[in-house]
Amino acid sequence: MRRAYFKNNWIAALMVAPQLLIIFVFFYWPTSQAIYWAFTLEQPWGGGNEWVGFENFRQLLTDSQYWDSVRVSVIYAIATTALAMGMALILALFADRQLTGYKFYRVGLIWPYAVAAPAVGLSFRFIFNPSAGLFSYINHLFPGLWDPIMNGSHALFMVIVAGAWKQIAYSFIFFLAALQSIPRSLTEACAMDGSGVLRRMWDLQLPLMAPTFFFLLVINITDSFTDSFGIVDTLTVGGPARATNLMVYKIYEDGFRGLDYSGAAAQSIILMLLVIALTFFQFRFVERRIHYS
Amino acid sequence: MNTRALSAAVALLALSAGTASAEKTKFEYWYGLSGDLGEKVQETCNRFNAAQSEYEILCVGQDGYAQAVQNTIAAFRAGKHPTIVQAYDAGTADLMLSGEFYPVQKMMADYNIDVDWANYFPGISNYYASSKGELFSMPFNSSTAVMYYNADDLKSIGMDTPPATWEEFEATLKKLKESGKACPYAYSADPWVDLEQFSMAHNVPVASNNNGYDGLDSKILYNTTLHVKHMENIKRWLDEGLLQIRTAQGGINAQSSFAQGECSFYANSIAGHATVSKTAKEGMNWSVTMLPVYEGTERHNTVVGGASLWVLSKKTEPEYRGAAAYLKFLATPESEEYWSTVTGYIPVTKKGFQGLKDKGFYDSAPFKGREVALESLTFTEPGPLTRGIRLGGFIQIRAEWKNAVEAALAGNMPMKEALDTAAQRSDDVLAKFARTYKGKSFP
Repeated sequence: MRRAYFKNNWIAALMVAPQLLIIFVFFYWPTSQAIYWAFTLEQPWGGGNEWVGFENFRQLLTDSQYWDSVRVSVIYAIATTALAMGMALILALFADRQLTGYKFYRVGLIWPYAVAAPAVGLSFRFIFNPSAGLFSYINHLFPGLWDPIMNGSHALFMVIVAGAWKQIAYSFIFFLAALQSIPRSLTEACAMDGSGVLRRMWDLQLPLMAPTFFFLLVINITDSFTDSFGIVDTLTVGGPARATNLMVYKIYEDGFRGLDYSGAAAQSIILMLLVIALTFFQFRFVERRIHYS
Repeated sequence: MNTRALSAAVALLALSAGTASAEKTKFEYWYGLSGDLGEKVQETCNRFNAAQSEYEILCVGQDGYAQAVQNTIAAFRAGKHPTIVQAYDAGTADLMLSGEFYPVQKMMADYNIDVDWANYFPGISNYYASSKGELFSMPFNSSTAVMYYNADDLKSIGMDTPPATWEEFEATLKKLKESGKACPYAYSADPWVDLEQFSMAHNVPVASNNNGYDGLDSKILYNTTLHVKHMENIKRWLDEGLLQIRTAQGGINAQSSFAQGECSFYANSIAGHATVSKTAKEGMNWSVTMLPVYEGTERHNTVVGGASLWVLSKKTEPEYRGAAAYLKFLATPESEEYWSTVTGYIPVTKKGFQGLKDKGFYDSAPFKGREVALESLTFTEPGPLTRGIRLGGFIQIRAEWKNAVEAALAGNMPMKEALDTAAQRSDDVLAKFARTYKGKSFP
């Protein structure tokens, strides 16, 4: 493949400089600071610190409750990603079929992405409310069946559904775009050969959407690890009994509320490494099976 | 008199500046109270700005106690912090050890502002004072925990007075339950009420070293005291249907459950008195009483909650003079009366309280009953175990307690085991805190 080069490297450097500066200020510099804090015991008001090596990490990794938090985060990430992408795919396939009123659906389905996480949390708090919300009807029929205040699994389920709901719109946009970029002639050729709607979806549309699928998988997994704060904060505050204490929420809890800057810094480093590792894994093992053209 | 002190300060400033300048000295104050209470703080600032022309206070709401402390720390590290910050009890230990504050008692003395420190209720001032009794921060919005009760419900089972002991309380819950009340007690696990206020009222320790006052090498003791029995009782009451758990996450919190008349009892801060007054169901007769104590124990004072005002270091002299003038302004009986009227908080000085009492402030609704908080707070002289709690990493320690209790209430483990685990994990938090501040001790 031919590549284009700038003759003058200075111009190139000048053009990327603003972007690099932004990345440096908002990513590399804070990250380096976090790495430094993770290896020290930092006094919050800045009265000095002590180098402790891997002590903060050792403490975290030997703490069974920290592993619980990791476990809950992984469950949350897998479940929201599967739920959000599955729903988005179904919705996109149907929106693409141009059923009556599909333009209305299309806009309506993109909308939730513009809703802020705390607003999502508050709405779901009403929906799932065991005594006054929509789910209270379940409790009316079967008393005590739905109890997210006391039951950790229920609470986690609630957070997953809310998180997935928020993610659906984003995946939907990409799936729909992918579907619409499939040449009509291919679909029509299949139809003429006698394949029905479901067969066309399975044999034609889904394979052609594989690159989008992979892209969304990476983005959704990353997002569900790092962007779940607002929903947890409004729905469960990490409880009951830490059942929804996702890694990112624990960082906030320990660092910002508890003023344990070093412990929180070490946790963010672990979270960062985990997300990097997962993304690497996906590129290494999933992407190989994807054909782009 | 306040105005004389103020004019003295003004005169001093004029002398030190050489010429009296027309320019007002501006200084910032960051507060954590939000919503309705935040607006009331803003009004105290407006009143201060209107009352004098020398200083201008800029009050900035930070939408929450924790945020106020976080944002102040971030700003402090960048050298852009406010002169005064409203800090809550849990942020106190770090602030004290950092030493980055100007003790108010010293500041007032330095600027020749006369404050009658003995006028402050000892239960309040001790909480914010050094081990030698020097006041570090200015008591401001103060509260303590009380038991709210529905008098109509009690009457329906033939009771005219609220229960004074937990044993009577349990008997009352049973009677209410039998009379068909579905939710006798609206409960949500709250370490401030169930652990801290409970331990103070019973004079039992929360932690060693006199609740942390005497050193950083403290250990949690609440899993060895009467507290365990109390929490086991709560679990039992839950199982027997004598109490219901009511949290905001569950849709309706304990306060609203009580105000709507759904539940007959709920225990929380006196600061909620104003809200309950506003939101109580039409015609509902309710009041507050001191938290019950167990039979065979001697009742002690409860402890102050809320927040106090800290003056931070690395500010200029004119700003400190402004801060001193503002704090002095807040301490006047008029300001105290204003604050206690528009919020549910209690006055922090004896004179302020007496003034309100003499006026008949507490004789009629909606303020009737709030004097119970002061009665509880001043029930005995604060002793080594009842003057407060000074533990590092207090937010995490409270979280450990809350998570453990939630797990026990959900039936995941016995209450004693849960409290043991929480205590042991809190000890780790304390050890880490002590190591972070190695070689330092509480002043």
